Amino acid sequence: MTVLSPDILLIQALNGLASASSLFLVASGLSIIFGVTRVVNFAHGSFYMLGAYLGWSLTHRVMTLGAPGFWGSVLAAALIVGAVGVLVEMLILRRLRRAPELYPLLATFGVVLIVQDVALAIWGPEDLLGPRAPGLTGFVSILASRFPVYELFLIAVGPLLLGGLWLLFRRTRFGLLVRAATQDREMVAALGVDERRLFSSVFFLGSALAGLGGALQLPREAVNLNMDVSVVVEAFVVVVVGGLGSLVGAYVSAVLIGVIQAFGILFLPKITLVLVFLVMGIVLAVRPYGLFGRFGEGEGLRSSVQETVLRPLSATSRAVFTLAVLLIAAMPFFAGDYAMGLIAELLILAVFAASLHFLMGLGGMASFGHAAFFGIGAYGAALAFKGLQWPMAASLVAAPFAAAFAGLVAGWLCVRLSGVYLAMLSLAVAQIAWAASFQWVALTGGDNGLLGVWPPTVFASRSGFLLLTLALTVAALAALRIAAFSPFGYALRAARDAPRRAEASGIDVRAMQWAGFVIAAAFAGIAGGLYAFAKGSVFPTYLAIGKSVDGLIMVLLGGIGSLTGPIIGAFAFGGLEAELMASVAFWRAILGLVILALVLVAPSGIMGLIGTRIVKAAKPAAPA
Amino acid sequence: MMTLDRRSFLAGASTLAALGAPAILHAEDAIKIGEVNSYTAQPAFLKPYRQGWELALEKVNAAGGVNGRKIETVFRDDGGKPEDAVRYAGDLLDAEKVDVLAGGFLSNIGLALADVANQRKRLYLASEPLTDALVWGKGNHYTFRLRPSTYMQAAMLVEEAAKLPAKRWALVAPNYEYGQSANKWFKDLLKRAKPDVEFVAEQYPALGKIDAGATIQALEAGKPEAIFNVTFGGDLTNFVRQGTTRGLFEGRSVVSMLTGEPEYVDPLGAEAPVGWIVTGYPYGDLNTPEHVAFRDAYKAKYGEMPKLGSVVGYETVNSIAAALAKAGSTDNEKLVSTLEGLKLTTVFGPIEFRAIDHQSTMGAFVGKIALKDGLGVMSNWNYRDGAKYLPPDSEVKILRPAG
Repeated sequence: MTVLSPDILLIQALNGLASASSLFLVASGLSIIFGVTRVVNFAHGSFYMLGAYLGWSLTHRVMTLGAPGFWGSVLAAALIVGAVGVLVEMLILRRLRRAPELYPLLATFGVVLIVQDVALAIWGPEDLLGPRAPGLTGFVSILASRFPVYELFLIAVGPLLLGGLWLLFRRTRFGLLVRAATQDREMVAALGVDERRLFSSVFFLGSALAGLGGALQLPREAVNLNMDVSVVVEAFVVVVVGGLGSLVGAYVSAVLIGVIQAFGILFLPKITLVLVFLVMGIVLAVRPYGLFGRFGEGEGLRSSVQETVLRPLSATSRAVFTLAVLLIAAMPFFAGDYAMGLIAELLILAVFAASLHFLMGLGGMASFGHAAFFGIGAYGAALAFKGLQWPMAASLVAAPFAAAFAGLVAGWLCVRLSGVYLAMLSLAVAQIAWAASFQWVALTGGDNGLLGVWPPTVFASRSGFLLLTLALTVAALAALRIAAFSPFGYALRAARDAPRRAEASGIDVRAMQWAGFVIAAAFAGIAGGLYAFAKGSVFPTYLAIGKSVDGLIMVLLGGIGSLTGPIIGAFAFGGLEAELMASVAFWRAILGLVILALVLVAPSGIMGLIGTRIVKAAKPAAPA
Repeated sequence: MMTLDRRSFLAGASTLAALGAPAILHAEDAIKIGEVNSYTAQPAFLKPYRQGWELALEKVNAAGGVNGRKIETVFRDDGGKPEDAVRYAGDLLDAEKVDVLAGGFLSNIGLALADVANQRKRLYLASEPLTDALVWGKGNHYTFRLRPSTYMQAAMLVEEAAKLPAKRWALVAPNYEYGQSANKWFKDLLKRAKPDVEFVAEQYPALGKIDAGATIQALEAGKPEAIFNVTFGGDLTNFVRQGTTRGLFEGRSVVSMLTGEPEYVDPLGAEAPVGWIVTGYPYGDLNTPEHVAFRDAYKAKYGEMPKLGSVVGYETVNSIAAALAKAGSTDNEKLVSTLEGLKLTTVFGPIEFRAIDHQSTMGAFVGKIALKDGLGVMSNWNYRDGAKYLPPDSEVKILRPAG
């Protein structure tokens, strides 16, 4: 049995504080950037990774110089990353300032993909172990245990940085402008402040902090190509738990998460997968705007799709749709098995994207965890089919019910929030569901998944399955379209565009949103159920963050302003990814470049480019 | 319209993929292997693997191929996602008309590919995935595996662990199937060999996200006399560095899965954990004629030492070629029955694909980490023949319901 002496508890608390400082370095930059520019910067983790790699290269060049060389390298790495951040801001994000607010997110995702391949090309695939920090290599004895000096140094870095930032924001003109812009950036612009310079400088500061965070990890962990994604999600969690726009909140939440994580490891070793998200879920359930957040911060994501007017399909669009459906239905006569399999998969993704669009576009609720319902649908179908031995038809029916039930619970939690908070709570819920699918081995088979979910009889052939998928896809998309134009759809959009007026005219806004959430979940479940049979197997990756992000990309790429957008987006993104992966080694960079090009050319998505129903993007969203 | 584009697109791509092989002139009557792996997700392991693969392919084709036909490979990257691996397996079978399937690094992808193989009645030779389920719990008629499984490597290390005086053991493993089953077998087998051992602490850090300081402190809290480690890659590096500073390994024996593989010990450089008892690959000191020939050829072609992945890629191709030659056909049923009991000589020595569970008897090297020229290497190592580290047939029959 574990013996818990006081020194172990003390050391564990110190371990937690050291992790907290590392987290805070990354989270503070993210928080500053989001506060001023409202950009959900997925690339922040990439900046962190770049900082670590650059720090590694620089320290290796100047090894002989000892301490000045090491610290100089760390600082230089941070500054270079800051410059890279400015470059990204100037070349890409600046051009998207008038686009709907989630579009910069799509662009930063493109940057993530590019940086991954650039880092692989420059630094190679192997993990790189950095040098230890000169002068801080040893340990101190605390009671009966040893504690590294460098970790003590890190513990001090957090509060020092917090103090420095506080002084910067409270005592300088730059800080004043940043704070003003965080509260009301239109007013700041109206008062004659050069927004461009402000944004660039904020990006420099935020990115440099991420780079510094990465470089300071050198003495504690190996630099590797997966640092980016793992850190950015945790950094978002820290920022949201702390309350958007609050640096003190970010530090407190970093400490909370760091320390809880350290003790979680001690008492419940298997909980490491999900602990962070459990903490976030609980905090947001109790304090919907984070520990130090105020009502109104982070409303941005919600207002991003306002004033989109949906129109019924024109005669031309109808003709195009009919033609596309006929073409796919005729595929068994001219196309190969692989092509039919791919199209079936893209149809399924279209249903998934359309269900997310229903939630985001019509309901105004951006979700970062929609894959949970896709995955739960897939597990529902697979368990009904394999576990309960139900026929395929019944299993496919079970999928949306399983997902809708999960949506009922998750929606109840989520619709009480809005904007980024809602998005992050949905992410927390999805991560908890993912962890359950991963660790509930008896039911789900854990990460080895459920196998042998192959469609029987006529659907075993690619053509049979394609026709089944086509029929269900057309039905699902038609149902979503009908829902959008039904009184319920109008009420949902009213709740999105003007919640107070909607309340005043007798619409129960929360009930509408809750219902919208459940419907979106159910349709994601339909897609998941089909996907299980298309792949013959179900894995926890179906619920993972990556799948949720894929969904977001498809919706945004297609265009959030029309019901056709997500369908186009699913075909464009899914098809492009499948083709690139099959044929090019550096497919991620190419995919990233294509996404960037599309976003820059068509800042309202492909449907916006096609253009009859352009999103009225010219108006920047007003902070609430 | 998409289908038309992609034909020509893929034709170009597979030509590129096959460039290394002189088979290109006879592409239409070449035997095709479809290979799916997580190239972008696991580049450190799979780059040497791919190089070893291409070296073997070149050798086989230079000798005139198999049954008078050249062998050609079509590679696909699954990006680390089983659902994409399934799609590309379908692509390879349907569009590329490959004769057999191979590849897989992550266990869940190996299982997904095995399931496709079973569904489509095609031979699948899993090269890397270690999970026992691949040949036991979820084993099937069409799936074979080359590398020693989790069970086999755990059994080899238990043999060493049982010789140590330590009674109080702490375990640390990544939180997924591989880590969990490695721990489970280690505990089961060690308890069997030495009933008085105790397991005083178990840690399951999330794969790739170890919080090394806190994990080490939690292990320390159990006051263990010895430690069994299953972490690898970045987790291992962080665990070793923090553990060394914090004195976790002082006065304690550490027994560790895979740590002697250059893929995992090289990144540690001079900080490699001297004295750990590990499974791995002593590429520099293994001087059997077969291995020297392989190492020289590999060095000549790529200008670097082979890693374990290189051997695995190399022997996967050789195994498939041997099966094709002996079967005298690409008929998959014939290939399956040929592979059952097929014997061949690898750079590690003779192996056999067991008929009872389709697991090869390729073994692993067990030794102690030492430092040489600022790099961790294996010392006092010897080869453990995999055949000796598998459960008795009666148990295997229970473990493998598929028969």
